[in-house]
Amino acid sequence: MVHHSVAERRALARALTRIENGDLSVQDELRAAWSATGAAHRIGVTGAPGSGKSTLVSALARAWRLRGHSVAILSIDPSSPITGGAILGDRIRMRELSGDPGVFIRSMASRGSVGGLSAAAADAAALLDAHGFDFVVIETVGAGQSEVEIARLADTVVVVEAPGMGDDVQAIKAGILEIADVLVVNKADRPGARKTVAALQAALDLVPQTSGHHGVAGTALSDAALDAGWVVSVLQTTATAAEGVDALVDMLALHREWLHVSGVGDARRRRRYSQELRVRLREQLLLRALQILGGDGYDAALREVAAGRRTPLDAARELAAQLIIGSEL
Amino acid sequence: MSELTQAPVNDAAAGTPQPRLRILIAKPGLDGHDRGAKVIARALRDAGMEVIYTGLRQTPEMIVDAAAQEDVDAIGLSILSGAHNTLLPRVIDLLQAAGMSDVPVFAGGIIPEEDVPALMQAGIAAIFGPGTPLEEIVSFVRARTAAHC
Ligand SMILES: Nc1nc2c(ncn2[C@@H]2O[C@H](COP(=O)(O)OP(=O)(O)OP(=O)(O)O)[C@@H](O)[C@H]2O)c(=O)[nH]1
Ligand SMILES: [Mg+2]
Repeated sequence: MVHHSVAERRALARALTRIENGDLSVQDELRAAWSATGAAHRIGVTGAPGSGKSTLVSALARAWRLRGHSVAILSIDPSSPITGGAILGDRIRMRELSGDPGVFIRSMASRGSVGGLSAAAADAAALLDAHGFDFVVIETVGAGQSEVEIARLADTVVVVEAPGMGDDVQAIKAGILEIADVLVVNKADRPGARKTVAALQAALDLVPQTSGHHGVAGTALSDAALDAGWVVSVLQTTATAAEGVDALVDMLALHREWLHVSGVGDARRRRRYSQELRVRLREQLLLRALQILGGDGYDAALREVAAGRRTPLDAARELAAQLIIGSEL
Repeated sequence: MSELTQAPVNDAAAGTPQPRLRILIAKPGLDGHDRGAKVIARALRDAGMEVIYTGLRQTPEMIVDAAAQEDVDAIGLSILSGAHNTLLPRVIDLLQAAGMSDVPVFAGGIIPEEDVPALMQAGIAAIFGPGTPLEEIVSFVRARTAAHC
């Protein structure tokens, strides 16, 4: 359990801003922090809008605090695609954590690009991790691919569902069941909770227990081999009354233990680093390529595509071949 | 001008998002009504800003704590309870103690004309009465945070 001074917390907050802004000066902090990452249990929490993720994260944080652990929370909400603005409201449900020096909460807007968000969220999680927080929780709204990307930043993924959202079980509909290590039916005080649990259990039986942390190409172990031996269970919570939260805390600890003992944790981290490295490599290669080609080379290729003479892929291949001596078209 | 300098390059260089203004909007005091705060939050969002909305019944300590963690460029407070003469100066004092006096604080809601001079004196950057056009608030925030973005 760490204690940061007011000044340290300010410095951390400012570094997070520079990460969000893509300000490269923050690389100094990241470089210094990098070797200290890896100690935190990173937990991704995702699920349909309004299922109670923030309330649950708040209750979880309280439970961890009672056990003497420190907690950092990264709450990610979408930016408006039209104006680029955002209303980040997750703190409303985390009121009870306010003023606790063992808790640090940061709201983050997705700012449009999925790749950019993953990179920023990865760096933010690393920085929080290196600051000595025992738990780093990343909350995202589970509606699509970007959430799956973000969840991949975590050691353990919790998918939160709520009853009474019609006949559909959102997690099943959104196709995010496969990424769950733990499923939670929150709002267990509401009617229909048992039905939702049953629907999730039934759906889980159909998901090959490979878990959805699909590796990027080039990682050694298959998903099936990696994730063998962990059985996803469905827990019920009433976050507003902190009910069922202790059981969730225990389940998360159990998953972490399993990650460690099975070696899956290391494999997942390698996949995570591989993912981050690829995102960065792609970005750096592109920047270099554009520098070398210059405006004219790029524009010439663009004209070919626009005029219908080249497909985008063919034009890109030709550009790449110009850049890299000895490469094939 | 080359196409290179335009959007495609930025899209592709996914690691370089644009800086955005981050504004904390909070509702201190005990009354349970935050319609005004929400209207301002939406207006700032529609102006392209990122609004951290903390909701009702925020103490000055909570507000400054959140502002520090969120590293905001400005703080907007909506006050209806009549406790503005204690709450607002307290926020200013706490910001100062946290080394954050550079973060402008503006307030809206029901604040009697005669209280305004003392609050401005205490360090509140602007006070917007009921019916202030939203554009005026947006322009104020833009102007006061011009150096940040
Ligand atoms: N009855 C009941 N209501 C709950 C429970 N947990 C959360 N809520 C309520 O559900 C609403 C949404 O809760 P949030 O925690 O904001 O949900 P969220 O999933 O974080 O929402 P987004 O971040 O907007 O996607 C709030 O009104 C909560 O008070 C619960 O266990 N039971
Ligand atoms: Mg939330």
